[in-house]
Amino acid sequence: MLIRRPDPIPSSEITPEHIYRNRRAFMRDALGLAALGLARPALAAPGHKVDEVVPGPPWLSDAIGAAGADSTPAGDALTPYSHVTSYNNFYEFGYDKADPARHSGKFKPHPWQIEITGAVHKPGVYHLEDVLKGMALEERVYRLRCVEAWSMVIPWIGFPLAALLKRVDPKGSAKYVAFTTVKRPEEMPGQKKRLGAIDWPYREGLRLDEAMHPLTLMAVGLYGRILPNQNGAPLRLVVPWKYGFKSIKSIVKIELTEHQPYTSWSATAPNEYGFYANVNPQVDHPRWSQAQERRLPSGLLKPNIIPTQMFNGYGEQVASLYGGMDLRKFY
Amino acid sequence: MPLTWRRPLILMLCLLPMAWLVTQTLRQQLGADPATTLVHLTGHYTFYFLLITLAVTPLRRLVHWRRVHFRWLQPHRRMLGLTALFYALAHVCAYLVFILGLDFSVLGAELIKRPYILLTLPALVLLILLGATSTQNMMRRLGRHWRRLHSSIYLIAVLAWLHVLLQVRSNYEDAFIFGGLTLLLLGMRLYWRLRDSMRHP
Repeated sequence: MLIRRPDPIPSSEITPEHIYRNRRAFMRDALGLAALGLARPALAAPGHKVDEVVPGPPWLSDAIGAAGADSTPAGDALTPYSHVTSYNNFYEFGYDKADPARHSGKFKPHPWQIEITGAVHKPGVYHLEDVLKGMALEERVYRLRCVEAWSMVIPWIGFPLAALLKRVDPKGSAKYVAFTTVKRPEEMPGQKKRLGAIDWPYREGLRLDEAMHPLTLMAVGLYGRILPNQNGAPLRLVVPWKYGFKSIKSIVKIELTEHQPYTSWSATAPNEYGFYANVNPQVDHPRWSQAQERRLPSGLLKPNIIPTQMFNGYGEQVASLYGGMDLRKFY
Repeated sequence: MPLTWRRPLILMLCLLPMAWLVTQTLRQQLGADPATTLVHLTGHYTFYFLLITLAVTPLRRLVHWRRVHFRWLQPHRRMLGLTALFYALAHVCAYLVFILGLDFSVLGAELIKRPYILLTLPALVLLILLGATSTQNMMRRLGRHWRRLHSSIYLIAVLAWLHVLLQVRSNYEDAFIFGGLTLLLLGMRLYWRLRDSMRHP
């Protein structure tokens, strides 16, 4: 006998938060539209979408456009798209916050391949298109806390890193995941600069359990659109409880390792940046306090300064990963 | 161009960066974090004018061909130095108002914990002192002490350079350029002084 289990509720069935909150207006509009015969069936779509179109292949924009909306209760106000895409730390394109938006025009994120190697049963070089095949994209509204004491709230589109790692089947010996950003000095003017301390390519890493955590996201879009070059196109990591520099951009290589991998910032200034880099208001950066942050946009006369939360407010979900660890020592 | 016309023209040039900053601020063109941008830029302008002020005498001494010379710049050195003071004060005010939100309890903690901020205090006090003693009258009254007091601008430049160097994260560009120019200008002065003292023992 064939026993059919009920399907889990698809995200398209869940009313997005902003519609729920505006349900009266929604009903009124819906009635009006129905009366005009214009009502359309509900499709999965990101809850936050801008009109601006980022160029890229149609298969990618279609997949992003069909991502299920984030259904968690809205807490923080989103940082406007214009700031999310014009205020970036992406030293491959220059040191100034405006440089990535200004100097990333020559960068070509398509087509894209990712090498997955190391302690996995299915190593290989995968096309981004194949990575996304069968991967349900979802919208995630996350706080992003930079180590420089500013923060944003961004609606990412992506998939859990765990889904990708499970597909390549890590070996029992795998303990860490190492990531590498692309190195293309011809397209990334920051990589040609002298007097920089970072040894390109940029590298980052996570412990395997951090990488497998359901909050850890591989993003391919934001605000319902393809990830712009300055935000780490076409594929980047987002680890919301760690300082922004852990969320490595434009990833070309993922390697599962047995030992703690090389990470660019902790190698450049080990007394300032650790391997873990968990957001922690109690551990100062040597040159500034981490107790507070400027939530952007922060106006001049009304500065938006708020207290920083332990694990950037994701402690409930991730604190158990660090049980028994001295987070002052493992900063 | 006569001196009386040059003076207001140079003053306008000196204030041009500030005018630009104010316009950009009012037009909300300073990005998502205007506070940091304002502090960063006023700091840069301070260093530019310190270096320009220090360069006046070496330029006059080194470049004196028939058509190209810098003798005309010498009478404007005071205005250039005062402009450096102006941007330094703007830098401090922007930090106090827009970064600290005038919370002076935080300032105390920051001064104790961050040497790169602490060492700007003597530089600032000295710079204000030099500004206050920059008038003709003070020059006369201080006599030979005036030169000695005002050579502390080199100390100010070195402190300002340390302030930049201690904040380097991965980009040494600013620290390298500011440090190199300060060293060059200071080196030239020391060389001339040494040569002169050997000539007239």
